Amino acid sequence: MLNYILKRLVYMIPTLIGMSIISFAIIQLPPGDYLTSLLSTLADGGAPIDPATVERLRSQYGLDQPIWIQYGKWMLGILTRGDFGFSFEWNQPVSEVIWSRMGSTLAISFAALLLVWAVSLPIGIYSAVRRNSIGDHVFTFFGFIGLAVPNFILALTLMYVSFRVFGQSVGGLFSPEYVDAPWSLEKLWDLILHLWIPILVIGMSGTAAMIRILRANLTDELSKPYVTTARAKGLPEYKVIVKYPVRIALNPFVSAIGWVLPELVSGVTITAIVLNLPTAGPLLLRALVAQDMYLAGSFILLLSVLTLVGMLVSDILLALLDPRIRYN
Amino acid sequence: MEKPVLSVENLSLDFHLRTHILHAVRDVSFDLHRGRTLALVGESGSGKSVTARSLMRIVDKPGVMVGGRIILRTQGREVDLAQLASNSPEVRAVRGARIGLIFQEPMSSLSPVHTIGSQIDEVIRLHSGMDKRAARARTVELLGQVEIPNPAEMADRYTFEFSGGMRQRAMIAMALAVNPDILIADEPTTALDVTTQAEILDLIKRLQTERGMAVLLITHDMGVVAEVADDVAVMRFGRIVETGTVDAIFHAPQHAYTQRLLASTLKLEQPADARAEAVITPQPLLTVKGLTKVYGGAKGFLGTKKFALKAVDDVSLVLHAGENLGVVGESGSGKTTLGRLILRIVEPTTGQVLYRQKDGTEIDVTALSKSDLRKFHADVRLIFQDPFASLNPRMTIRQIIGDPLVVEGKLKGKEIEEKVAELLRLVGLSPDVMERYPHAFSGGQRQRIGIARALALDPRIIIADEATSALDVSIRSQILDLLLEIQSRLDLSFIFISHDISVVRYFCDRVAVMHRGKLVEIGPAETICTSPSEDYTRALISAVPNPDPRNKRMLHRTRFSALSTST
Amino acid sequence: MTLTPILDAKLAEDGPAISGLKPGMDPISDAAAGQWTLIWRKFLKQKVALFCGGVILALYLIGAFAEFLAPGLPDTSRAQYTYAPPQSIGFFTPDGQFQLHVKGYKVEIDRAALRRTFVVDDSVIVPVGLFVEGSAYKFWGVFDTNRHLIGPLDPTQTMYLLGADRLGRDLLSRLIYGTRISMSIGLIGVCMSLFLGVVLGSISGYFGGWVDTVIQRIIEVVSAMPTIPLWLGLAAAIPLTWSPLNVYFVITIIVSLLGWTGLAREVRGRFFSLRNEDFVTAAKLDGSSERRVIFRHILPSLTSHILAVVTLAVPSMIIAETSLSFLGVGLKAPVVSWGVLLQDAQNIRSISTAPWLLIWPSLAVVIAVLSFNFFGDGLRDAADPYET
Repeated sequence: MLNYILKRLVYMIPTLIGMSIISFAIIQLPPGDYLTSLLSTLADGGAPIDPATVERLRSQYGLDQPIWIQYGKWMLGILTRGDFGFSFEWNQPVSEVIWSRMGSTLAISFAALLLVWAVSLPIGIYSAVRRNSIGDHVFTFFGFIGLAVPNFILALTLMYVSFRVFGQSVGGLFSPEYVDAPWSLEKLWDLILHLWIPILVIGMSGTAAMIRILRANLTDELSKPYVTTARAKGLPEYKVIVKYPVRIALNPFVSAIGWVLPELVSGVTITAIVLNLPTAGPLLLRALVAQDMYLAGSFILLLSVLTLVGMLVSDILLALLDPRIRYN
Repeated sequence: MEKPVLSVENLSLDFHLRTHILHAVRDVSFDLHRGRTLALVGESGSGKSVTARSLMRIVDKPGVMVGGRIILRTQGREVDLAQLASNSPEVRAVRGARIGLIFQEPMSSLSPVHTIGSQIDEVIRLHSGMDKRAARARTVELLGQVEIPNPAEMADRYTFEFSGGMRQRAMIAMALAVNPDILIADEPTTALDVTTQAEILDLIKRLQTERGMAVLLITHDMGVVAEVADDVAVMRFGRIVETGTVDAIFHAPQHAYTQRLLASTLKLEQPADARAEAVITPQPLLTVKGLTKVYGGAKGFLGTKKFALKAVDDVSLVLHAGENLGVVGESGSGKTTLGRLILRIVEPTTGQVLYRQKDGTEIDVTALSKSDLRKFHADVRLIFQDPFASLNPRMTIRQIIGDPLVVEGKLKGKEIEEKVAELLRLVGLSPDVMERYPHAFSGGQRQRIGIARALALDPRIIIADEATSALDVSIRSQILDLLLEIQSRLDLSFIFISHDISVVRYFCDRVAVMHRGKLVEIGPAETICTSPSEDYTRALISAVPNPDPRNKRMLHRTRFSALSTST
Repeated sequence: MTLTPILDAKLAEDGPAISGLKPGMDPISDAAAGQWTLIWRKFLKQKVALFCGGVILALYLIGAFAEFLAPGLPDTSRAQYTYAPPQSIGFFTPDGQFQLHVKGYKVEIDRAALRRTFVVDDSVIVPVGLFVEGSAYKFWGVFDTNRHLIGPLDPTQTMYLLGADRLGRDLLSRLIYGTRISMSIGLIGVCMSLFLGVVLGSISGYFGGWVDTVIQRIIEVVSAMPTIPLWLGLAAAIPLTWSPLNVYFVITIIVSLLGWTGLAREVRGRFFSLRNEDFVTAAKLDGSSERRVIFRHILPSLTSHILAVVTLAVPSMIIAETSLSFLGVGLKAPVVSWGVLLQDAQNIRSISTAPWLLIWPSLAVVIAVLSFNFFGDGLRDAADPYET
């Protein structure tokens, strides 16, 4: 088992390097280098430019050196000092801006993942066992809708509906009166009132996809001989299904996190922009529009790493669930 | 005689399929008696498996029971299972407790993610109400009874850690856990090697005698029937065409189908009459020298050394012109790999394959360039095991058989068509079928098409890899006769790879026996099949069921000591 | 289904017992039916997929004939009709005469909110006709005309069937023009994805070894990264000064850049499993060259699957474009796409005053995506007529 986890970790390294290269490429994409942007912003602000500072920054980020050295310096900074570069828009190091935003992104993604599981598991089982029943058709239809409606449209629609029905605006995480208030039960309730829409929106397409996966896998498993064996033992039908085929259909269900997670993180990004949530999304968009590239690139890198860690967790879960993987 | 423990009366089952209703079981009646074995025999599609499952009321959708009675007489009561709902508590109390079931594929019949022990514990606890520890103790005892070594430790292992034979033993332990009155064994040994088969059948017999169970054995193998059955019911297209004691069925069959089934089985118990004597020439057609194939062995990830497997280990043999050489062995013996090494579909690790061309010169196949290899492949052809996978479903019969001719480029348009027609006639098919696709043909017919394709380039050697294994016994002997007839007309040699010793005996002049990659013994077919000199071969041959209930061979078989560790 | 057996004949005195579901029903003989005939027959059985195929065709036709189908031009703005609500078509005028028409607006000032609101004015009838003359345009950039499928008989009058936006532009016309852009991005993007996938897939398959490994790892990396941040990062680098056409192509490229990985993976997986099929080994032993094996035996088995996978990839392209444009880093005005239209519905204020700005473009996106999904599913189910 330990060997297996180790193997997975080693296997992640090239993927990580690939992701960091892509993120760095995005930093480099806009015309002109980072310092020119910084200088022009500073100049716009009318602040005096200290040539010594410019020189120091130039050598710190290796801007006068070949691109791969710049990449090396950036990576070295991240790995040794946790230094992701400097955000000129915020006029502080990227690392100071980024972590609280990554925390809320992680929290919301995780909540959405829990929703995906909690909803798709029972529905998937129901749909496979009662294949082609009315309920199955209804769920399948909603599943298709869930896959077809882009996150941001769903967010806008729910925002409109909630505005019309409850007369409340749903942007942000808190109502204005609670933003600066100390934590209390009321504040928590207010948070939950604000959170259900984003979590529903983000989880929707993942849930729909997972239902389809579970339904397909479970349908396959239901016709396997070991199900007949379980039935021939004299087990009641629900036990036959839950203990054997469902248990085995869970494996692909768990490993599907691998691609559901990038989708969730994507969903969090765009939904947060629409609903104005304090996650990475709105800041990333702002940084990109303002061409604050170190901040933007760092967000992209960290969001990618987040999904990678999620995949590692799913690999480990899978190994726990399936002895065939654990023993190989 | 005591009343039967189970009586089936006029049972009928329908399958509502998308395009039609299949009457899978029609008016089937039989009795099961304590201590006796009833064999339900039939070829694929005869409805024997469905019949067995309906006794436990576990027929899958879309099967529907449309009539009949299933009277179970146990514990002094009579119940008609057919009257009860298939999921009623009464029926569930019968499943696993009064009737045990084992299947053909022990790997897929056991859950891959639960330990063997926990799967057996479950039955015990369900029906006897024992607590966890008592149930486990019983499980270990049962695993011991089915001769699994270290039962306490093995109970905590998973299915994939067991070998095929061990899995079937575990399955038997599970089926017998609550001392059922009836054991249904659905092709219990079909997926197993012949020596393992003998041991499993032995085990079932022994447990039956000890417990006085009734056994319903579902099988297609007349040899197995003769070895273990007391009574026989022959099924065909959903009906029982004949019932009787095993002696009556084998020695005085009444129904034409039973007679034919026996005839095709018995035919394979001796060498074919049609076989021409092969002339042993001093210059062999094909010489295999020290052929070896090693898989793995290289250093793996993180420096862990991977397990090296010698699939074929230093095999040398020769094939003479006009000769039929059989290669027999159990699964994992390397016989299929040997065939592929000769053709270089798989590259050999070391060794030589020398082939004598038409002009008398000898070439080393292992050293041929790509284009020369192609020429070699025109002379040495392969017939595949699976008649479904080996024909491209997207091409017509004309395209499939004509493809080698098109590639060869000697014939054009109309000539190719004429040649294909000729080949179709040669394999006993009408040339009218040329424009059809493979899906329009049965398994036996597809295998004929595969043979026609192999013959298209006028080959000199045909390697037949389990070419008849996927076919029912009556079709099997037809295909073998067809090959022999073609051989008598054309100048052909065969390398016939098979796990089925009777087929090889019928078809081949000489037989090579393989075991774990090594060539154990090679010699004339009759000698190998009647008085082999190696222990392994003797054990193998004596484990083959004999289709004569008056002369049960398997139960008096010799055992090869090295085998007991492998099963 | 089975042909008259020749040697098996002596066994066939009776067969399995079969009866038809309905009397007199005969299964169609398909003994001589090829792969595409079988696929087509299987596909025809899937009514939903068939219907969605029709919807997709209709959407592309709308895109192709946008100028003619739209009542007006997409960028004609009329300040006095800011957020004018949708009108519905009436058939009979109040005096009982048959005349297609819409009712005019009356503007009321809401004193409390200091807002103008539109109220339907029953007394103003704007007669509407089919094939009317309206604003002039160059059809397909080739010939000049001013015919529109539907519009007010008097070109100086206005008709807002789906309402108007902030600048008083006709949403219906804009939606129809947007169909052209959004639907074509899906199609072109998928073609590029396919091209990329095939090229890289072939390189991967042909060279094998480490080249294959590297390409596979790239696919892994790209598909493990969350798409929207990546798209944003790439799209934000497009200089603001570029022409709309250039932006259109770059956006298509960006969208397809991330789309090809899934495609490549699926095709590669199928390719490799086919390579180990017995019939492919048989083809090699028949003397076929590597090329012949691929083109004559493997590819024909793959094409139907590729077609299905490609169809199922279109919706993600459409969603990608819509999302990017909505966020303001994709297509920009004056180009009209569904995403650009949704940009007008970005905040709760505009949605609550003019919900149609959200409803109609969203509906268009959902219908397109849904149709492609159902259609692709149907194709996929029909793609392998030989599986049992």
